[in-house]
Amino acid sequence: MNIDLSVKIGSLALRNPIMLASGTVGYGNEISEFTDLNKLGGIVTKSLSLKPRKGNPPQRIAETPAGMLNAIGLANVGVEVFLKEKIPFLKKFDVPLICNIAASTIEEYIECTRILTTEETIKAFEINISCPNVREGGLIFGNDLNAVAKITDKVRATTGKPIIIKLSPNVSYIAAFAKAAKDNGADAVSAINTLVGTAFNINTRKPKINNITGGLSGPAIKPVALAKVLEISREVDIPIIGIGGIMDWKDVIEFMIVGSSAVQIGTLNFIDPSAPGQIVQQLEEYCEKMSIEKISSLTSSYIL
Amino acid sequence: MFIINAPVEQTIEIDHRIYLLKINAPKITSIIKPGQFLNVRVSERVFPLLRRPFSVCDVDGEHLYLMFNIMGEGTNILAHKPKGSTIDILGPLGNGFNLTGDYKTAVIVAGGLGAAPFPYFTRTLNGKKDIISFIGGRTKDDVITYNLKNVKEASDDGSRGFKGNVVQLLEENIELLKSKNIKVFACGPTVMLRALKDFCLKNNFNCEVSTECAMACGFGICQGCPIESTENEEKYLLVCKDGPVFNIKDVVI
Repeated sequence: MNIDLSVKIGSLALRNPIMLASGTVGYGNEISEFTDLNKLGGIVTKSLSLKPRKGNPPQRIAETPAGMLNAIGLANVGVEVFLKEKIPFLKKFDVPLICNIAASTIEEYIECTRILTTEETIKAFEINISCPNVREGGLIFGNDLNAVAKITDKVRATTGKPIIIKLSPNVSYIAAFAKAAKDNGADAVSAINTLVGTAFNINTRKPKINNITGGLSGPAIKPVALAKVLEISREVDIPIIGIGGIMDWKDVIEFMIVGSSAVQIGTLNFIDPSAPGQIVQQLEEYCEKMSIEKISSLTSSYIL
Repeated sequence: MFIINAPVEQTIEIDHRIYLLKINAPKITSIIKPGQFLNVRVSERVFPLLRRPFSVCDVDGEHLYLMFNIMGEGTNILAHKPKGSTIDILGPLGNGFNLTGDYKTAVIVAGGLGAAPFPYFTRTLNGKKDIISFIGGRTKDDVITYNLKNVKEASDDGSRGFKGNVVQLLEENIELLKSKNIKVFACGPTVMLRALKDFCLKNNFNCEVSTECAMACGFGICQGCPIESTENEEKYLLVCKDGPVFNIKDVVI
């Protein structure tokens, strides 16, 4: 049987649903030593801001049961250096490149998009309105329906390329945010970003990470992520990229069943950077075994 | 960099609480350099989730040795790995010590488990340079001298060797050190490295230091292990990729 693993995120066509999540692959070079990027559905860059950002001081990460907290603080090279020094490497691959943009003001989102949209290697934008680890912007936008609407609208006016809004789970009703994104011209949403969490050392009584709180990721958050994807899927007609604690191909299938058109692999890249390529292979074997001709038919195939 | 499944040959308790894990890993032993490290997945389960970084302790032919003490669940699992089981290793990672140069004597300075990278270091440099090892710990049990040469010991409580910290022991031996053409190679707790930096700058000794920091991936994608650079305030270095070995002048400790 000929298995069709391709999926569509609005007008963005991917050869399979496996994408690598922002902040877990840098700018592609290190992970390319372990996984063939050309076999993947897409890769999402580390969040880019207009100017380089130094990021938070150590400790930036702490392990928690079945998960990890991080507060990197959007350390990145900035759009200018990205275009000059990182794009030449990424150009070598035949894999859709999605640029994740983070900003402190609406104007900065617009300016970043304006500069990056002229680069043909970049196929789409993921707008980070939900980073929990920086003081300005980030989650403040992600918690504010009007801000999400306005950012989406302004970025929409700046680029003709597909726009994906990365949603925060740290809200009571995520579907409202997905709807605001859709109503203002977003092509898709990705869900979820990390959950705000913390951990303390009981001997020193100090937080384990310098930022006090961080973003929780890893398998610990998968049930939350699945519930958020399902909520959006049932209430808003917009393509969803599912993210949250995917550790193997079965998790991918589960995310697709509850409503994801594609998924992003994040924390797993830190543990087994060769896993994404293997998962693509295993998805094909699963479809073959289950006589699923088109993997896209799994999206929102839940039975309630 | 490889990810390999390596057979565990032996787990040795060399001193109470200090373990050596002997692994068969020819693919790694043929290329790894002293001061480089490995990121080890202790189990396939989701807890512990992340790999654990260990510097290479020693290499003997195809055999690779890791040194550790039981700090938590991850190292507890490692200490009880049965012979014949396998562990998943990612490496070699980072930059090792720069052993070349016109110095005559390598001066090792280590505190506690900071001694871990130096058996392989000693084995590699043996016969090529003179070696003096200054090894310190809080008590006699924390002074780890496994497979080291020409050792001078210090303990904070005086229960073994010189009473005081290892940098004070260096001060005691300043005339000896000044009489030789030395390069210092160090690993240990932050307080030790801070004092060592002052000592080396004051005496104009060239010093490389192996640093540590909590990290997830070990090869640059998580950005979890920043260390402040003395050269460029705008940008952190990464312990995993830019280090873990740095010239002590280049990093803020």
